[in-house]
Amino acid sequence: MGVTVNGVEHVREVEPRLLLVHLLRDELRLTGTHWGCDTSNCGACTVWMDGLPVKSCTVLAVMADGRSVRTVEDLEGPFGLDQIQTSFMDCHGLQCGFCTPGMLMTARKLLDDNPDPTDTEIREAISGQICRCTGYRNIVAAVRHAAVAEALGRGDT
Amino acid sequence: MTGTVGGCAGPGFGSVPRKEDGRFVRGRGRFVDDIALPGMLHGAVLRSPYAHARIVSVDTTAAESHPKVRAVITGETLAARDMAWMPTFSHDVAAVLATDKVRYQGQEVAFVVAEDRYAARDALALIEVEYEPLAPVVDARRSLDADAPVIRDDLDGRTGPDGRGNHVFDWETGDEAATGVQFARAAHVSACDLVYPRVHPAPLETCGTVADYDRISGKLTVHATAQAPHAHRMLYSRIAGIPEHHIRIIAPDIGGGFGNKVGMYPGYLCAVVGSIMTGAPVKWVEDRSENLMSTSFARDFHMHGEIAADADGRILAIRVSVLADHGAFNATAQPSKFPAGFFGVFTGSYDIAAAHCRVTGVYTNKAPGGVAYACSFRVTEAVYLVERLVDVLARDTGRDPAELRMANLLTPDRFPFRSATGWEYDSGDYPRALRTALEMADYPALRAEQKERRAAYERTGAGTLTGIGMSVFTEAVGAGPRRLMDIMGLGMADGAELRVHPTGTAVLRLSCMSQGQGHETTFAQIVSHELGLPIDAVQVVQGDTDNTPFGLGTYGSRSTPVSGAAASVAASKVREQARQVAAVLLEVAADDLRWDVGTGTADGGNFAVAGVPGISVTLREIALAAHGGLDLPDGVDGQLTASTVYNPPNLTFPFGAYVCVVDVDPGTGEVDVRRFVAVDDCGVRINPMIVEGQIHGGLADGVGMALMELVAFDDDGNHLSASFMDYLLPTAMECPAWELAATVTPSPHHPLGAKGVGESATVGSPPAVVNAVLDAINVRHADMPLTPAHVWRALQGRPIRPDIAIR
Repeated sequence: MGVTVNGVEHVREVEPRLLLVHLLRDELRLTGTHWGCDTSNCGACTVWMDGLPVKSCTVLAVMADGRSVRTVEDLEGPFGLDQIQTSFMDCHGLQCGFCTPGMLMTARKLLDDNPDPTDTEIREAISGQICRCTGYRNIVAAVRHAAVAEALGRGDT
Repeated sequence: MTGTVGGCAGPGFGSVPRKEDGRFVRGRGRFVDDIALPGMLHGAVLRSPYAHARIVSVDTTAAESHPKVRAVITGETLAARDMAWMPTFSHDVAAVLATDKVRYQGQEVAFVVAEDRYAARDALALIEVEYEPLAPVVDARRSLDADAPVIRDDLDGRTGPDGRGNHVFDWETGDEAATGVQFARAAHVSACDLVYPRVHPAPLETCGTVADYDRISGKLTVHATAQAPHAHRMLYSRIAGIPEHHIRIIAPDIGGGFGNKVGMYPGYLCAVVGSIMTGAPVKWVEDRSENLMSTSFARDFHMHGEIAADADGRILAIRVSVLADHGAFNATAQPSKFPAGFFGVFTGSYDIAAAHCRVTGVYTNKAPGGVAYACSFRVTEAVYLVERLVDVLARDTGRDPAELRMANLLTPDRFPFRSATGWEYDSGDYPRALRTALEMADYPALRAEQKERRAAYERTGAGTLTGIGMSVFTEAVGAGPRRLMDIMGLGMADGAELRVHPTGTAVLRLSCMSQGQGHETTFAQIVSHELGLPIDAVQVVQGDTDNTPFGLGTYGSRSTPVSGAAASVAASKVREQARQVAAVLLEVAADDLRWDVGTGTADGGNFAVAGVPGISVTLREIALAAHGGLDLPDGVDGQLTASTVYNPPNLTFPFGAYVCVVDVDPGTGEVDVRRFVAVDDCGVRINPMIVEGQIHGGLADGVGMALMELVAFDDDGNHLSASFMDYLLPTAMECPAWELAATVTPSPHHPLGAKGVGESATVGSPPAVVNAVLDAINVRHADMPLTPAHVWRALQGRPIRPDIAIR
C-alpha cells in the first residue's frame, strides 16, 4: 500500500488487519497520535484522512491506501505553531496531554470549516473526544481563543 | 514573573503558562507506548472468561510453536520463581498469574511474549485452558452467607471469624455509646440506604510498561505508568528478588492517573519476567477493555446512614454502617492502618457532637482495587454520605437545604477543630464559602424559577423540572504523617533535592510524579518564590528513581501538601546556605544580612547588609562564589545544594461549597446540568490557572459518576462495562461551563500555606449533582448513576438500586 502522511509518501507491505493508528505509531513512529479505546469513543487517535477527521483506531491501514493522512506532527509549520496549538497553551486547554493531539486535529478542522463557532458548536464538534482532565471548559475557551486570534489575523472585524 | 495570590507576594506564584505544554501540543510527549527500544518484544495477557473457576490445566504447546512467539509464561512458570503471588498494599496477597483458581472475569492467566503486538494477541488464542466453573459471589450482600462459595480458599480459613470465608475486615471509628445518647435525645432521625457504585478512574492512557533486564549487569529498567515510582521499585525488588539498587523505575509522561496507576499489576511483573527470560526489552500495554476489567476500580461502598437532629434542626449525630466490596483480593492502595481509608471524616463540614461508623470489607468475584479515582482515600464516599444525609434531613423536616447547612457548619473560630471521629481540621471558613456560592448562583432567584417551572409542568404536563443541589465538603489530603500513615511499611513522607548551579540556574529533584498536574511548572514556581530565580531557570526532575530522592509519590492530592512543602524547605535551606556564603563574600556576620527575594530576574534574590545601603550580593553571584575558591567557615559546605525529607505534621483540609443547577425532562428522565458553581478553598494557590484546571476536571468526574459511570456485573459475574461504549464518560455536551470562585484560608502547618486540590472537585461534586436531580424530581433518594432510565424509574416511584438491579 501507499499512503501520504504529512506530505511524505510511504510505501509499505502491511497485514490487511493492521490498524491505521498502529501503522502511524509503530511503523512510521509518529507517536503523537494516541491509542485510547479501540472503539472510536475517545478520539485520542483522531487524524485527518483526505482532509476529514477519522478515528485511526477503527480505520484499517489499507483503507488509507492512495490517500493523504495528516497527523498532529504536521500542525506546526515553517513559521511556527498553528494558532490552535498556541491557544491550547494560552488557555490551559490541556493537562496530561494524551487527548490533546486528537482534540487539536478536530478543532483545526472545525475552525477551517467554521471560523467563528459558538461555544455550543465547539462542544458538539469535540463531543466525539474524551478528556479526563480538563472538564472541557478550557478546551472550549482555547478553540474560541484561536477563532478570535485567526479573525484578527485575517483583519476581520 | 510576579503574582499576588492569597497574601503571598513576590516572584514565582501566579497563573503562568505550563512548561510541559510545548511538547504535548506538538505530539512530542513521551508516553510509555511511545517508547521503542532496540530488539523490543511485545507482551499480551490471557485473561479468565469466568468470574470463578478452578483451573484444571493450561496447555501452551501450540502457542509456544507460533513462529513469532519468544516466551509463554503461566502461573506455573512464575511459581517456579516464587512469583505467582504478590503482596498487596493492604496486608493481603494477589495472584500474578492464576495457579489454582481464577477469581474474577479478566484475571490474568498467562502471558505471551512475541515479536509484535499482533502476534502476541494471536498466540493467546492458541493457549488451551481447561476450567471447572464455580459458583461466583457477585452480590456483596450475599458474600457472608453461610452457604456462600469461599473465594479465597488459598487463605485456608484465615479470612474471618465464624468461618465467614469471604470476610476481609471489620473496622470502626467514633464513639458508639455517645452517638447512641445523641440519637436517644434527638427530636428527629432520618435514615437512608446509599450505594456508591463501583466506578473506574479510566485515565485516557491505559496502564503499561517497557521492562528491560540487562543480563550482564543484572540491572532492571522499568519504564512504567507509575504514580509512585519509588514504592514500585521496592515492590519489584521484593517480588522479583532483584536487589533494589539494581532496579530503576522511569515514569515517562503519564496520560492521566486518578489513582489507577498507583497499584502494581500482573502485566508489569510478567513483562519483567518476560524480559529476564528472553534477554530483550518487553513492552506490555493493556487495551481499554483490560483496563476497565482488571485494574483498580473505585468505590463500591454500600452504606446505611442515620442522621439525628434536635427540634431546631441542629444536627446532633451521625451513625453509619458500610459493606465494602473489595473484590477478589484486598488490594486497596491506601495507608495500611486505614482499612476504610479516610472514610472517618464522614462528619463533614458540620459541628456534630458524636458519630460512629462500622465498616465490613468482603471478598467478591470482582477485580481488586478499591481506592482509586481521585477519591482521597474514600473521602469521596464520606462526603457523598453526609451531604446526601443532610439533604434527606432537610426534606424530612421541611427545611431549606442551604439554611440547614448554614445553621450547622463549623464556624471559623472553631479551628483547629477536632472532629467527633478524631480528625484535626487545620483551617477553614465554611460559611464564607457557602455564602459565596449561593450568591454566585443567585439562590433565591433559582428557587423562584424552580417553583414557576414546576407549576407550569403541573399545569400543562410539559416542560422541564429544575433542581438545585449543593454540597459543602471537607477534604483530607496530603498523607502522612508517617508515624500514622504508610504503604507497605513505607512512611508517607517525600524527599526533595535542590541544587543551584554555578551560573545561578537550578535543578529540583522530586519523589512525586505528575500525571498531568503540571509539576514541572508548579514546583519551579515554588523554587522561584523562595529564591527569586525565574521560573524558567528551574528544571524539575521527577519519575526516575535513579535521579530523584525517595518518596511515596503522587496520589491522594499529596504533591503540593507533601512534596511542595519539601521543595519549599529545601529551597529555604539553600537560601540559608547562601546567607553563609554571602557573609564571607561581604565580610559581615550572617545575622546582619537581610534577604530580598527580588523580582524574579536571572540574578535571583539578594542578601543586603542591614543598614548599609548599596552593599548586597545576588544569589547568582553567591552561586558562583559557592562553587569557587572561597574559604568558607567550618560547617558551611561549598556549592549550593540541599535536600530534605518532609514528614507532614497533619493532613491538610481543603474545602468548598458547590451549587449545581439541573433541568430534568420528566418524560425521558434526561438530565441537563445547566450550571455548576464551585467555590474552592485550597489555601494559598501557587498557580491558580493549574488549580482551576484541576477543579474543572474533578467537576466533570462528578457529573460522570452522578449521571452515567457504572461498572456493572450480571449474575454470573460477567463484566458489563468493559468498553467506552458501555462505561460512559462525560463529554463536552454533558458538562456546563463551570463557574469558579476561590476563597483562601491558608493551612497553618504547610510552609507555603497551601493545601492539596487535585481531588477536591471529584470528592465534592457528586452529591451536588445528585441532590440537584432529586430536588428536581422531588424524590427522597435514588442511587447513582442517575441515567435517564434511573431518573425515569425514580419518577415512577420505583427507583433502581444499582447493587440489586445490576449486581
